[in-house]
Amino acid sequence: MNPGDFLLSAGILGGVGLGFALLIALAHRRFYVWEDPRLEAVSQMLPGNNCGACGFPGCRGFAEELVTGKTSPATCTVMSADQREEVAELMGVEVGTAALRVARLLCAGGRDEAVRRAEYVGLQTCAAAAAVSAGGRGCTWGCLGLGDCARVCIFDAIWMSDNGLPVVEPELCTACGDCVEACPKDLFILMPAEQNLLVQCRNLLDGEPATDVCRVACNTCRRCEADAPGLITIRDGLAVIDYDRYDLASPAAAARCPTGAIVWLEGRQFPEASIQLEKAAS
Amino acid sequence: MPSLWHTFRHGVHPPDHKELTASVPIRRLPFPAEIVLPLRQHAGKPARPIVREGDRVERGDTVAEADGQFSAPIHASAAGRVAAIEFWPHPEGVHAPAIRIEVERYSPQALRPRIIPEWEGLTREELIAAVRESGVVGLGGAAFPAHIKLSPPPECPIDTLVVNGCECEPYLTTDHRTMVEYPDRVQLGIRIMLSCLGAKRAVVGIERNKPDAIAAITRTLPADLDVSVLDLRVKYPQGAEKLLIQTVLGRQVPSGKLPMHVGVVVQNVASLATIAEVFETGLPLIERIVTVTGRGIRNPGNLIVPVGTKLRDLLDACGGFTSDAREVVFGGPMMGVAQADLDVPITKGTTGVIVLSEDECKTQQSWACIRCGHCLDACPVFLNPQILGSLAKAGRFEEMNAHHLADCMLCGSCTYVCPSNIPLSQLFVAAKAQVRKLKVA
Repeated sequence: MNPGDFLLSAGILGGVGLGFALLIALAHRRFYVWEDPRLEAVSQMLPGNNCGACGFPGCRGFAEELVTGKTSPATCTVMSADQREEVAELMGVEVGTAALRVARLLCAGGRDEAVRRAEYVGLQTCAAAAAVSAGGRGCTWGCLGLGDCARVCIFDAIWMSDNGLPVVEPELCTACGDCVEACPKDLFILMPAEQNLLVQCRNLLDGEPATDVCRVACNTCRRCEADAPGLITIRDGLAVIDYDRYDLASPAAAARCPTGAIVWLEGRQFPEASIQLEKAAS
Repeated sequence: MPSLWHTFRHGVHPPDHKELTASVPIRRLPFPAEIVLPLRQHAGKPARPIVREGDRVERGDTVAEADGQFSAPIHASAAGRVAAIEFWPHPEGVHAPAIRIEVERYSPQALRPRIIPEWEGLTREELIAAVRESGVVGLGGAAFPAHIKLSPPPECPIDTLVVNGCECEPYLTTDHRTMVEYPDRVQLGIRIMLSCLGAKRAVVGIERNKPDAIAAITRTLPADLDVSVLDLRVKYPQGAEKLLIQTVLGRQVPSGKLPMHVGVVVQNVASLATIAEVFETGLPLIERIVTVTGRGIRNPGNLIVPVGTKLRDLLDACGGFTSDAREVVFGGPMMGVAQADLDVPITKGTTGVIVLSEDECKTQQSWACIRCGHCLDACPVFLNPQILGSLAKAGRFEEMNAHHLADCMLCGSCTYVCPSNIPLSQLFVAAKAQVRKLKVA
């Protein structure tokens, strides 16, 4: 092979490369899109879970809204208070306020409380059991206890108690709503953490038929209605709290409930499950 | 007309176990002490109750009217007093609103005299209205309101009525006994339906494992109409309407379309017999034939059951459970739903009650997928259950839609052949429910 061939091929390749490089350089100039440099910086500071609790499509979507000033750093409930401060400092805005919300379960019928009509031996997920006679549960509105919510929670904020109920850790919950979507019985709601009064039942049966299937069901006895007029009303076989009139709420309403369907929550739901935690720790 | 070429591709051959009840004549169940009529017994919107607590109703009275066009009314299946309208366990596994009627003891249970016009003198609209007011729905299981099938839109001319006598689900013999014992009613049903649809031709598809049914229907074929009987190879799920059209006529119903889009209406033989009964006796759909079978019941049989009879009463009339009864299923063993409560009522769509014994329902451990591809060879609608199954386990529902989850009819063929015992169809049931929920949300 003579050296001329070698040089020629190197020259051609080099020339073609140079030509394309020039094209790319021109295209870069021509199609340049200016991006707020803060966007990249903010994106780096966000948690990156893409949980969607803020209501925007992922952390990047939130960062874009943040940079344009359409939302405040406080809307991200996953970041710690310090991290929010840092983001606010970078952006030169106020941290803002957002009501802290947590996921609450509208059922308290665990293994000890709810009646089972039949044994379920199929696929061990709530979604599958819901299609087969509610997994044999006496109350077909209630929690199936197979932990679909605990599996989808990316923050490990939900664990299944020995009683077969999901326990939400209020400190870890970011109110992203994944459990709300996962529950085939629609038992999860996201409610402000400062509200303590909750009807943890979805059973629409009245009176004895209700308590026949679950010890802690709302049996529409109307005691709560009499005790806190305007705040709690019985609607379609269930006590309903009017959260617009929440200023009337007090632990008394929960104390009046004979079955335990209405509770006054402080911190974790199902406090009896805490015993299990203590046991595990010791 | 024996046929070798009339079939569809894929499908499975489960043992049919029809020997338990195939030769047991239909008998009538005595009226129970109480009947429960759920307001939702058909595809479409639930009916609206028009009676109140304490009202007296005669047998055959309308107790709930159709809520809109895509719905069906419900009639009292026995004379008595309305005890309550309340939530009651429903075969679908929820509590649903139902009308509970205390049946009058020592009542002759006579029908309130109804004027039964000769059907031949009625116009098409009057015929359809009579069927609608009688609350007739498809009795093959899906409970699709019959009057909707009778009134296809004008842009879909119907040329053929396909009569479904396959009964491909194992164990069930409801349609089989209907054809053997009431072939004339089936023929009258075909006649009425053809005149409503303006179709020229009817083909009755019956699987070859029911020779007495084929003989009975062939014997009663009318001379003045183009009705023929086709004996089909035994294969599951031949009774699915789109597959039956493929088998009988060689036409394919496109995905997302209905049989009427290819000029066909499919109706089950039991529904046709009921339509005929409406014009013969004036009886609305207040009773249906139910197969009670399985090795967990003492006296399996085929019974005429008032709609709304509680499962408990029906099982008692069949001698009760044997000592090794384990599971009660509504419908066939392939697509049926296990029941958790003996208080659930028999509805219009309940084709059979199967009580499985210990050794009929061994629960087996499920293993990992070995990618053998048996499920692909079994799927009658040519889906890939293996991919769908792994997507369902991972909760990737949108991708499942891209793999045509909507075309899956949950026939269970993939689950039946899976050597790893993966509960594929149950995964798909759950996935479909989740997809529906996410779309609503």
